[in-house]
Amino acid sequence: MSTYKVPTMAEMAGKGESPEVLFWVGCAGSFDDRYKAVTQAFVKILNKVGVSFAVLGPEEACTGDPARRAGNEFLFQMQAVANIQVMNGYNIKKVVTACPHCFNTIKNEYPALGGNYEVIHHSQFLQQLINEGKVALKGGGEFKGKKITFHDSCYLGRGNNVYEAPREVIKALDVELVEMKRCKTKGLCCGAGGAQMFKEPEPGRKDINVERTEEALATGASAIAVGCPFCLTMMTDGVKNKEKEAEVKVYDLAEMIAKDMGI
Amino acid sequence: MSFLPQIIFLIILIASGFFLIKRVKFLRRNILLGTAEIRNDQPEKRWKTMLLVAFGQQKMFKRFIPAFLHLFVYVGFLVINLEVLEFVLDGIFGTHRLFAPYLGGAYVAAMNFFEFLAVMVLISCLIFLIRRNVVKVPRFTKPEMKGWPALDGNLILCIEIVLMMAILKMNAADQILASRGVEHYVVVGNLFFSGLLHPIFENMSSSFLIFVERAAWWFHIVGILAFAIYVTYSKHLHIFLAFPNTWYSNLNPKGEMENMPVVTNEVNMMLGIPTDAPADPPAEIGRFGAKDINDLSWINVMNAYSCTECGRCTSECPANLTGKKLSPRKIMMDVRDRAEEVGKSLDTGGKGFEDGKSLLGDYISKEELNACTSCNACVEACPVNIDPLAIILEMRRYVAMEESGTPPQWNAMFQNMETSFAPWKFSPQDRFNWAEKVKEEEIPN
Repeated sequence: MSTYKVPTMAEMAGKGESPEVLFWVGCAGSFDDRYKAVTQAFVKILNKVGVSFAVLGPEEACTGDPARRAGNEFLFQMQAVANIQVMNGYNIKKVVTACPHCFNTIKNEYPALGGNYEVIHHSQFLQQLINEGKVALKGGGEFKGKKITFHDSCYLGRGNNVYEAPREVIKALDVELVEMKRCKTKGLCCGAGGAQMFKEPEPGRKDINVERTEEALATGASAIAVGCPFCLTMMTDGVKNKEKEAEVKVYDLAEMIAKDMGI
Repeated sequence: MSFLPQIIFLIILIASGFFLIKRVKFLRRNILLGTAEIRNDQPEKRWKTMLLVAFGQQKMFKRFIPAFLHLFVYVGFLVINLEVLEFVLDGIFGTHRLFAPYLGGAYVAAMNFFEFLAVMVLISCLIFLIRRNVVKVPRFTKPEMKGWPALDGNLILCIEIVLMMAILKMNAADQILASRGVEHYVVVGNLFFSGLLHPIFENMSSSFLIFVERAAWWFHIVGILAFAIYVTYSKHLHIFLAFPNTWYSNLNPKGEMENMPVVTNEVNMMLGIPTDAPADPPAEIGRFGAKDINDLSWINVMNAYSCTECGRCTSECPANLTGKKLSPRKIMMDVRDRAEEVGKSLDTGGKGFEDGKSLLGDYISKEELNACTSCNACVEACPVNIDPLAIILEMRRYVAMEESGTPPQWNAMFQNMETSFAPWKFSPQDRFNWAEKVKEEEIPN
């Protein structure tokens, strides 16, 4: 029996190897207690499937997305240029990430600063693995036949027109996918985008995540699936606010797949 | 026959033409108060976008009922304007129904179609008035709609209703006169909708009917000319600007924020990376971000003039939905109002941009800017591809980089990013700790 491997780019370069894909973990995936579980689940899937991957480990830094959205272009570009130097230094061609904000920034905003990579979101990566038959789903796991709703992340959906990949991943679990009233192009934000994650909301009648959670609960789903660390936090807080945490769970797509694979 | 009506008509036509040109120049100049930006790439995609979104009304159909009603008003506007061509030529040459003899049966069919559209426009506008004033659809009753914007919307609907009624009244009187063999009037054939009005006019004398017909004719054509001028003062400019506005749509992925090359040069210099920037920088470095409309791109300002205040953006905005002050529609109205203010001031020898006011602060508050989640719901919702988010983000750049006026929690986030390379205060050495646990786990078979 072997243990899971998490090679870094530095280790691989030391051995003169280069992986097929860089797994960009992101700050939430590295530091947020809840999202670390998602990172671990995704790494387990990569191991199990035998994907040649590596992470940057301590060499990774924030993409700069929240700084840019909060208006601090200098800080964003400092972060971006430093990251691009590291990635270009390793001659990276392909990046996968579980964070739509990192995904959007590296894919769309790094090219203007000299960073050109093929970037995909982990929902797309998982969909590919499932379609290729590399992920063998048991389909009899804890989700079988249950109602699951998917919350579209703005930077995945409207931001980059990725609507179907996460839904295909969920459907592969043999569950009943139920849509919220506002979904896909009309999906309602969780409230954390545009650097809102890092400050209190402006005065208003209600918090956005509560509004969104009410909509998710109205579907009668037993689990809310997300594909974004900020959405995961916001929806989890929303469910707690509605005191439904015993009945309704919030999961990332990778966690659901890993659970089904029994890893 | 007196040439007086023809002369009066020509004077009105030329005068309104002159005034219209003056107004168009004013609007063009105001739009160009924005900074230069070239967005001519992918022309094929741009024409396609314009055809689908503006001409084809594609995004209107995200909401079916108003889209359907709007389609009648839109098609009515396009098609009935063909008839206006005949109106103008009749006015100039002193003829009556100039095209009728040439088109024969097709003319009757065309007139019936125009009348059908006129009736549908009339009904649609009535329903729109009810939606605004009786049902009070929430997006029409938001704070930014108080006063002139609400009146403007109602006025346009009322003008359209009155103009359509004039067409029907004119055709009815005209055909009764023609059937009585009154000189100058030609029998067109059976006109269904105006025919329904015949009972009202049948017992009236021919001389009075001539008066009714002429009055309706003059009212309609002068009304249309006046309306064309009114449009330049109103939110109704979208009928023209929707076309260039969609042509100049942002074709990049919506999530992408435009790069600031000025900053790139400075960052590269700080990091000792060679740049392609000129050795001697320009004498005057512009502002970072946008404080006023002359910091925005002309496309942003054209966006503002293209806005017809339908409020679909605001009704989809998560911040607005949950009671925050931000309303994307208000952002667009503010940009337009400020452009108008500066434009008028410049034309009257006023201080223009130096009037002590600016878009930021006097029109748009930081509270509004800070409430945005950059979710792109407003951009997605806009039927004519207006981008309020681009303006919000440019203004945030000004607040952050020129004023250092971001909320304290964001400043803390900036600090964390500078020192820990993450938005939270964690040690960068701990970034890879998450892997320790998983590395110890055994892979099950």
